[in-house]
Amino acid sequence: MKYVNEFRQRSLAKNLAAAIKREADPGRQYNLMEFCGGHTHAIFRYGVQDLMPDNVRFVHGPGCPVCVLPIGRIDNAIHLALEHDTILCIYGDLLRVPASKRQSLMKIKASGADVRMVYSTQDALRIARETPDREVVFFAIGFETTTPATAVAIRQALAEKLENFSVFCNHVLTPAAIQNILESPEVREIGSVSIDGFFGPSHVSSIIGSRPYEFFAEEYQRPVVIAGFEPLDVMQSALMLIRQLNEGRHEVENEYTRVVTRDGNLKAQALVAEVFELRRSFEWRGLGLVPYSALKIKSQFEALDAEVRFDIPEAKASEVKSCECPAILRGAKRPTDCKLFGKACTPDNPLGSCMVSSEGACAAYYSYGRFRQPAESKRGVAA
Amino acid sequence: MSAVARRFPVPIKTRNAQVDMSHGGGGRAMAQLIEELFLKHLDNPLLRQGNDQAAFDVPAGRMVMSVDGHVISPLFFPGGDIGSLAVHGTINDVAMSGAKPLYLSAGFILEEGFPLADLERIVASMAAAAEDAGVPVVTGDTKVVERGKGDGVFITTTGVGVVPPGVHISGDRAQPGDALLVSGSLGDHGVTIMSSRENLEFETSLSSDSAALHTMVASLVEASDQIHCLRDPTRGGLATALNEMAQQSGVGMMLDEDAVPVKPAVHAACELLGLDPLYVANEGKLVCICADADAERLLGVMRAHPLGRDAAIIGKVVEDQHGFVQMETSFGGSRVLDWLTGEQLPRIC
Repeated sequence: MKYVNEFRQRSLAKNLAAAIKREADPGRQYNLMEFCGGHTHAIFRYGVQDLMPDNVRFVHGPGCPVCVLPIGRIDNAIHLALEHDTILCIYGDLLRVPASKRQSLMKIKASGADVRMVYSTQDALRIARETPDREVVFFAIGFETTTPATAVAIRQALAEKLENFSVFCNHVLTPAAIQNILESPEVREIGSVSIDGFFGPSHVSSIIGSRPYEFFAEEYQRPVVIAGFEPLDVMQSALMLIRQLNEGRHEVENEYTRVVTRDGNLKAQALVAEVFELRRSFEWRGLGLVPYSALKIKSQFEALDAEVRFDIPEAKASEVKSCECPAILRGAKRPTDCKLFGKACTPDNPLGSCMVSSEGACAAYYSYGRFRQPAESKRGVAA
Repeated sequence: MSAVARRFPVPIKTRNAQVDMSHGGGGRAMAQLIEELFLKHLDNPLLRQGNDQAAFDVPAGRMVMSVDGHVISPLFFPGGDIGSLAVHGTINDVAMSGAKPLYLSAGFILEEGFPLADLERIVASMAAAAEDAGVPVVTGDTKVVERGKGDGVFITTTGVGVVPPGVHISGDRAQPGDALLVSGSLGDHGVTIMSSRENLEFETSLSSDSAALHTMVASLVEASDQIHCLRDPTRGGLATALNEMAQQSGVGMMLDEDAVPVKPAVHAACELLGLDPLYVANEGKLVCICADADAERLLGVMRAHPLGRDAAIIGKVVEDQHGFVQMETSFGGSRVLDWLTGEQLPRIC
């Protein structure tokens, strides 16, 4: 397949693996955090870890929108579907996310709630047009990548005077989360988590550009390489990070030049700025309350804001005891450090959100890599 | 004066007509539907007898029986419809034991309000598929449920067949060292169905691979007595079929991603939707596990069959007490092809 296979070539992977092996100093450890779930997925799906020397480790970050969504927001959505009798339009990943009291959107759907899986905001708008007598709520979720599409839908609904359409906004921001991880005591003071560099998000950066990362590369002295989602992108970016670390540099570099520019997509940014404003603070699973890390719908569009339109009680959600999702999302623990992993918590019966989406670290470990542990010692680098 | 009165003076009209509750009521309307729609297309001496069962003689040997329920959406898709699919699916399930399929039954659950013209199209397609395969539908059943209690039409087909002497094929017979073969490109059916769903508006030139594989199976079992397992990788795709057989046989499997045939259009659609073609359904492909020594010969037999031109040897059976299916990726790494969790869901970003 053109423009895809080129980035998955085995021969190039071999060359890159050899270059990484040459570049990586055997006397030190390289802990590289991939922020995005898309990278986590690519690393596992293509077996990228197999091609890395033992001292280069991928630390899986919180960049899976489903994983960082606090349980309370799913509880809110369940409330919207059940108590307000809305048609709740969601992206597929959300269906199985565990909510409080062993509920999930899939379970309430089975017991009669009108929850519909959509592929885009346009599907939700269509449903609103087709069912004018029902309230249709779109569960907006995602990082900067999916936000412009939600902004478009809000503007469209307003222009069409679709009065039965509203948006439950859960859009979050990447730079705030990365900064939060770097500020966390585990990274800053205790030093129990060592993150030496970051793979910057690919699709997110196509919208926001590479500029927003410049501040914390400088402030926290960590290199960032914006990396594409294909396996060769990940390997090339790992090489760039290792080079920066070896040379004592901490800059923002862009491996994903075929899509990402320094300024990003200005049109999309303008659209987002028109419709959304910063929330003072938003709860992230694993990170807690993170200041200015999420978006809300501006008051001039509040008629389309489900949080304004409906009375949604504050959900007092409780995490499953001994679920390590929070620590895993901060990179402080690995999925296999969790007592529940692969026992009480599996993709078929997820207790924590990291086990739900295929981008979640636990699900990726479970589905693609859980047999890797015993084989790890045998791992060799193709050179 | 001698003319016998027609049983149904007014013939059934399918145009602009719908299924109603009387079509399942056991009265004259049902009898007319059976005669003028079902029997008209599916006609054969056993069905024509009009009994509630079909009686037939079978050759001596081991019999095989299989049942399959079909509840698809959309009902019509490029390359087939629920009618042809119901015939192919059951013939294939019977054939995967190495058996020669002999007869089918068909049970229809119709939803009140379902267009009769669509029903006729489905039954005609079913009849054509059965005729092509040489496996007649010899008994059937029709029920009608109230509007809202079905999804247009559900079809359940049962098939019976007889295994030739000396053939012993079962999912629990895979042995370390065996070769893994597939009869053609994977994921065509599932991607075709997805692309014809109304909320996924993308166009492909793909069509479903829905087909009856029993003649290919007959050639395979004739060519080798070392076929250990056969399976058609339908729901859940190749990865699921291999996991099932690995579990049944208590072995592991190792695939070579480069060798697995996937059409570029299927690959592209899966890329777009965030799906994995190895988990996408097929309706006209089979997986064959056989002794390594016979693998090339059986590959030749598959490729000589019109439905097996893209057949390939894709990997081997290995020792593994955990029963894992693993794959060497085209990229040079390795990964596990795990059981599917729920349905494959498209990812957010």
